[in-house]
Amino acid sequence: MRLLKLVPDNTNLHFLKWQWPTTIISVLLMLGSWTLMFTHGLNMGVDFVGGQMIRVTFTQSATAPIAQLRGEVEALGYGEPIIQTFGKPNEISIRLRLPEGSDKDAALADAMAKRITATVKQGHADARVDGVDSVSGKVSKELGWTAFKALGFASIAISIFIWYRFEWQFGVGALVSLVHDVSLVLGLFAVTQMEFDLTIVAAILTVIGYSLNDTIVVYDRIRENLKKYRKMPLEELLDLSVNETLARTVVTSGTMLITLIALLLLGPKVIFGFSAALILGIFVCTYSSIYAAAPMLIWLKVNPTSFVPGEGAKDEAP
Amino acid sequence: MLDFPRWKQLWYWALTLLCVAAAVPSIVSWAGGNWPSSLPNPKINLGLDLAGGSHLLLEANADQVVSQRLEGKEEEVRAALKKAGNVHYGDISTKGGVLSFMVASAAEVDAAREVLVPLTNGAGLSGKRDWDIQVVDTTRFVLTPTKEGIADAIDKAMETATEVVRKRIDAMGTREPTIIRQGADRIVVQVPGLSDPAALKALLGQTAKLEFKLVDQNGLAGGVAAPGDEIVPFANGQGAIAVKRLGGIKGDRLTNATQSFSQHNEPVVSITFDNQGGEQFARLTSQNVGKPFAIILDGKVLSAPNINEPIMGGSAQISGSFTVESANQLAIALRSGALPVDLKVVEERTVGPDLGADSIHKGMIAMVVGTALVVLFMAVTYGRFGIYANMAVIINVLMILGIMAVFNTTLTLPGIAGFVLTIGAAVDANVLINERIREERRRGRKVVQSVELGYKEASRTIFDANITHIIAAVLMFEFGSGPIKGFAVVLMIGIATSVFTAVFLTRMWVAGWLRRARPSDLHI
Repeated sequence: MRLLKLVPDNTNLHFLKWQWPTTIISVLLMLGSWTLMFTHGLNMGVDFVGGQMIRVTFTQSATAPIAQLRGEVEALGYGEPIIQTFGKPNEISIRLRLPEGSDKDAALADAMAKRITATVKQGHADARVDGVDSVSGKVSKELGWTAFKALGFASIAISIFIWYRFEWQFGVGALVSLVHDVSLVLGLFAVTQMEFDLTIVAAILTVIGYSLNDTIVVYDRIRENLKKYRKMPLEELLDLSVNETLARTVVTSGTMLITLIALLLLGPKVIFGFSAALILGIFVCTYSSIYAAAPMLIWLKVNPTSFVPGEGAKDEAP
Repeated sequence: MLDFPRWKQLWYWALTLLCVAAAVPSIVSWAGGNWPSSLPNPKINLGLDLAGGSHLLLEANADQVVSQRLEGKEEEVRAALKKAGNVHYGDISTKGGVLSFMVASAAEVDAAREVLVPLTNGAGLSGKRDWDIQVVDTTRFVLTPTKEGIADAIDKAMETATEVVRKRIDAMGTREPTIIRQGADRIVVQVPGLSDPAALKALLGQTAKLEFKLVDQNGLAGGVAAPGDEIVPFANGQGAIAVKRLGGIKGDRLTNATQSFSQHNEPVVSITFDNQGGEQFARLTSQNVGKPFAIILDGKVLSAPNINEPIMGGSAQISGSFTVESANQLAIALRSGALPVDLKVVEERTVGPDLGADSIHKGMIAMVVGTALVVLFMAVTYGRFGIYANMAVIINVLMILGIMAVFNTTLTLPGIAGFVLTIGAAVDANVLINERIREERRRGRKVVQSVELGYKEASRTIFDANITHIIAAVLMFEFGSGPIKGFAVVLMIGIATSVFTAVFLTRMWVAGWLRRARPSDLHI
């Protein structure tokens, strides 16, 4: 039986020939993501802005009667609801701000949830209420802040570790590549206006983990080659390193994608946004480990002599 | 590479089997089976987002604790100074969060201080003061609560509140609630399987401070309370009455409360007092026959019936416009005691049981399909080495579940995200090793040497990559909230088991195979 080789042996693609166009594309994509985030904003779930979310499934219909529902809910006078499907066309979430004064009197929020669910059930016999989430303004601010803190501290600490294990240029490169990956995934949420809640934060965490993993694998090989081939021009050396790790990158990304596509298509809809974020994340992370993390080393002028040859390193000709 | 001492092999296998075995009860129960209770039973709890149920986050009103404490201190100081008898004080006030009063002359300052010192030392052996005493303008005493004192008071109130919440929820008869204090002034309540938390919230929203006070029928002249009176509104919103501030009876003298029916067949709450409460109640009612007295709950008048005859038996009925349900709820609240501080729901998440079941079911299918495809992919890519990798990944998943069960962790949706990343990392470790072995073979190294070098070189990369994951996980666990913590826990456990299975176990298997088969070529 011949084994499958997605990347033929001795593949030698000149990745870094494209470093300028790809850099421009990366920068544009990042700018685009940030612009979208500031203009459209992320469609923040109740986790981060507070409010009430009611999830409803229409068990007998193929699609939820969104326009009709919007009218019905708006008529109750609680302001304008955000109604959107998640995962499937017959499953929706209705989001509203909490009524004035509900910080003082929790009964107000309860009454609102009761009236809305009653209205929805009355108008639609097949409506099944799947859950109600209420988050007060104070708690949502805290949730946002702790999520931000956890992400920030983790990113910085890891950069410091990479600096310690490699060189400062590598630390900066990893951080830049990380920011790039996270920005693009956030951009996806700004474009699609999928709901951004704590589950998505878990997805972003996974993207961060994967991004670093990919970057480190390439960096590790670069470090090894820097020790081995002290005379090789840097660009050529980076190309070699990327090519040597290419087979691994393709296989690993492949397995991750298989798992995630299965989750996206077969998994519960609560995990849909999560899977979508990660699928984009895999592509972006793989791309950035080649086109953001590696060229950063050229621009930051990594010095091959900074790695003292370890034991057993030989000066072989490639 | 080839010599793998027997003790090491035994040790690896023992560790593997132990962790895998711990996962079995949870898997059996998810698959709908019954795990015999006679056997050890480590279980993974499913988070509410997966299992369905209600999650409430309650926040205590800390300011209330502080102001109540200040009022209590005022009473204490008044009583103590009165008792001492050698200090003339006046102009006592609790404005601005401090207790202040004046003494008649500078000569009395020392005597007053003498009285105050025992009242301002913290409880316990900490030796910390919980009030600072200052004298300003020679005759004015100012007692300021210290930070420690306040923190301590809030802590005590929260401890009691948590107990009361527990009692109330248990009285509702819900199954397996989780009640945990969180931070300085919050309580998390999780009730699996509860799809409508309205009753639960109504129950926890009641402070259940019950008081019986005499009505002052002339006390409401011109809308201002007469001296010694306070004005209390009716619970049904219809007006208010004046009651005498002192000389009432408090609900903490209750021994029991049940829902029953009055002679007119209206739902009421029957209460029983302890001895002292019963005596107080008998005295109050026999001295005031024919007058109305107010039954006050949480600062609102439930009803103000006339005292027709002295109530001697230590039991009474509370009327008010109850339904059977609300009477029952009040009975539960009274039985479990009053909350020392008001609690407010600041976050609520309810997941319907259908959604939860649906999530688990679909999540399982997706995981199984995804895993099967990955297994196939690895096998056709790396042959024998791929099969080793697959065994490692499957054992890895079981080990994570096993360790989670031993520590009784909760699996949530973000936890599943952690699983995905962990499995990715585990597969990646094997891919790195196998690709490295291929590379060494291409360079023309011998079989054993290639395998050995493959493991050695790849291990360094794997180490670097996994350390970053560990750093990330630890920080997320430290700073993150619920979901982020859930993710971090799985990641921490997962990284350890991934490295163990993907590197150590496969290496043992490969070494065993090389020893047995002595292959001259590697099919990788």
